[in-house]
Amino acid sequence: MRLELVKRPQHSALFSALSPFLAFGLMVIAGAIIFAALGKNPATGLYAYFIQPLTEIWSLHELAIKAAPLILIAVGLCVCFLSNNWNIGAEGQFTIGAIFGGAIPLYFPDFQNYATLPLMLIFGAIGGALYAAIPALLKARFNTNEILTSLMLVYVAQLILDWLVRGPWRDPAAMSFPQAPAFHPWAIVPELFPMSGRANLGIVFALIAAVAVWFMLARTLKGFEIKVIGQSPRAGRFGGFSATRTIIFAFLVSGALAGLAGITEVSGAIGRLQPQISPGYGFAAIIVAFLGRLNPLGIVAAGLVLALSYLGGEAAQIEIGVTDKTVRAFQGMLLFFVLACDTLIHYQVRIVRPKPAQATESQTEAAHGHG
Amino acid sequence: MGMAEAILLTIATAATPLLLAAIGELVVERSGVLNLGVEGMMLMGAVAGFGVALTTGSPWLGVVAAAIVGALFSLLFGFLALTLVTNQVATGLALTLLGIGLSGMIGEAFVGEPGVKLGSLYIPGLTDLPLVGRLIFGQDPMFYISLLLTGGVMWFLFRTRAGLTLRSVGDSHTSAHALGIRVIAIRYLAVMFGGACAGLAGAQLSLVYTTQWIENMTAGRGWIALALVVFASWRPWRVLAGAYLFGAITIAQLHIQATNLSDLAGLPGPLLWFATLLKSIPSQFLSALPYLATVVVLVLISRNRRLTMMNTPASLGRAFVPDR
Repeated sequence: MRLELVKRPQHSALFSALSPFLAFGLMVIAGAIIFAALGKNPATGLYAYFIQPLTEIWSLHELAIKAAPLILIAVGLCVCFLSNNWNIGAEGQFTIGAIFGGAIPLYFPDFQNYATLPLMLIFGAIGGALYAAIPALLKARFNTNEILTSLMLVYVAQLILDWLVRGPWRDPAAMSFPQAPAFHPWAIVPELFPMSGRANLGIVFALIAAVAVWFMLARTLKGFEIKVIGQSPRAGRFGGFSATRTIIFAFLVSGALAGLAGITEVSGAIGRLQPQISPGYGFAAIIVAFLGRLNPLGIVAAGLVLALSYLGGEAAQIEIGVTDKTVRAFQGMLLFFVLACDTLIHYQVRIVRPKPAQATESQTEAAHGHG
Repeated sequence: MGMAEAILLTIATAATPLLLAAIGELVVERSGVLNLGVEGMMLMGAVAGFGVALTTGSPWLGVVAAAIVGALFSLLFGFLALTLVTNQVATGLALTLLGIGLSGMIGEAFVGEPGVKLGSLYIPGLTDLPLVGRLIFGQDPMFYISLLLTGGVMWFLFRTRAGLTLRSVGDSHTSAHALGIRVIAIRYLAVMFGGACAGLAGAQLSLVYTTQWIENMTAGRGWIALALVVFASWRPWRVLAGAYLFGAITIAQLHIQATNLSDLAGLPGPLLWFATLLKSIPSQFLSALPYLATVVVLVLISRNRRLTMMNTPASLGRAFVPDR
């Protein structure tokens, strides 16, 4: 018995819409199995993970805080992935964005007015974009593999941050803690509803970015160019689109959004620069981008799901005592299931019993178009 | 033991995991499959090796377990990328993310446990030879395994019919299929070999290099191994050279970080000045050196477009659905 793929004449709209839900369902099942294997009641585990964080106002605020960077980064990544540019260094661009934006209140502590925060956000975006420009230029100019260079730069960015907060930017008042001084009130991203929780403007930035990028991809020539270059560079060349320009554009957009996410995170949820500023948002955002089917509006929903998994991990640790390391395992499984389910969009999967002599002709006629 | 000898030994220890992971990935890529999950497979190998060695007390069982777990874990990638023809880049990333998560979850119980060390070889007489004794006859078993594997892969790929078949699958899966070669089956075997090698690389880290389990202890070595394969333009002996180059860079920066200037007071003026200069570099920048070197090396090798095109397996990363 083996699996056989038969190419669909057209991609299936049904499975296009269904596959993220199918993937999530499979992850829930796999999660139940993991909880059972850890000797916990699967029902309580899943409840703590996926339902409980949604039952209280304060944790909905936390959901927004966690979803904001995920959505911002993933929206940028979808521009990259659609144009066949594999930026997997968003975590580094996030970090550099935080450093660039965070430099303003640290170097100009007396610059405290309405312009401070917008300037920080702009600097953060510029920092992220500049850092993303490195793998972009290397790919455009030297054809260097952007996957490896963008990833290597993540480690470099984290070491730069580490050096800054332990060295030149260290808060002398913080005794032995390696951290920069807290941002002054003008450098803090305002909270939306301070009465009920700490959700801040970050989620608004994320929604604006999602709608803007959705509009660009769906309604503008630039968006068309990105998708054509991604699907067929040759067709793009005939259309007069420049692959080089698209590489740079995609990386700059995703770098800027990751940088914006970075500065929003440190000046919002954290309030200062410190050695650890992200629980792997830059990598989780890759999962968000695929779960959202590389569509900015889908990414908003997917970002909420991944944010929920972070909160659920914390809740499950408190409620049933499983390690919060399960979070990353769950997230990794989710991406696996998403990718597997996406196969159903382009192929029919059928199980073939080992009777090789009886292969029918009608099966093969649809199967010729492989890539 | 002399200083130079000690440094050479540590370089070999730092280079071995890179070599193991890269030589496995080289075979995978020669078969036309790009598996970016090396980092995840290494972590799974590291945690499996550590756990089995700890519970059974036998580091050798740990090594075997690491290779098996690495191969089984790579099957996940194989099933998606080969059977379900998913995007190989995305699937490899998924394998890495899953490996980081799963190994962290499994390894939670091992954090802080003292590990079991895979002892070094000792042959009375030979190992005690001056200068070369320790280098040739006194290293850890993983060192010898990595060299044997490299030689074996070299022989297999370029001296055997099966190796030729594997390369043909990587260069043109359509033609290979037309000749009746079972493309998917060969790719599955290659992927599993790569997984087993990455698992061994992980075991080297948790049973030889550090002998403890630390979450995410590979610290990007899986990615550096991937870069090494590109750097080596898919040639085994160049992977060997590249791995030792990176081992040397890693050890050099560690030595600069660890050396005290006061110990060097006896050095002649210019050397002392140079040492002081090196020591004035913040340690984080020294730690970043291997990653930056990877970027530089990738740029240098990819600048020559024609050479890269010529050496890259032509079907690398492309999906294959057999039409029967």
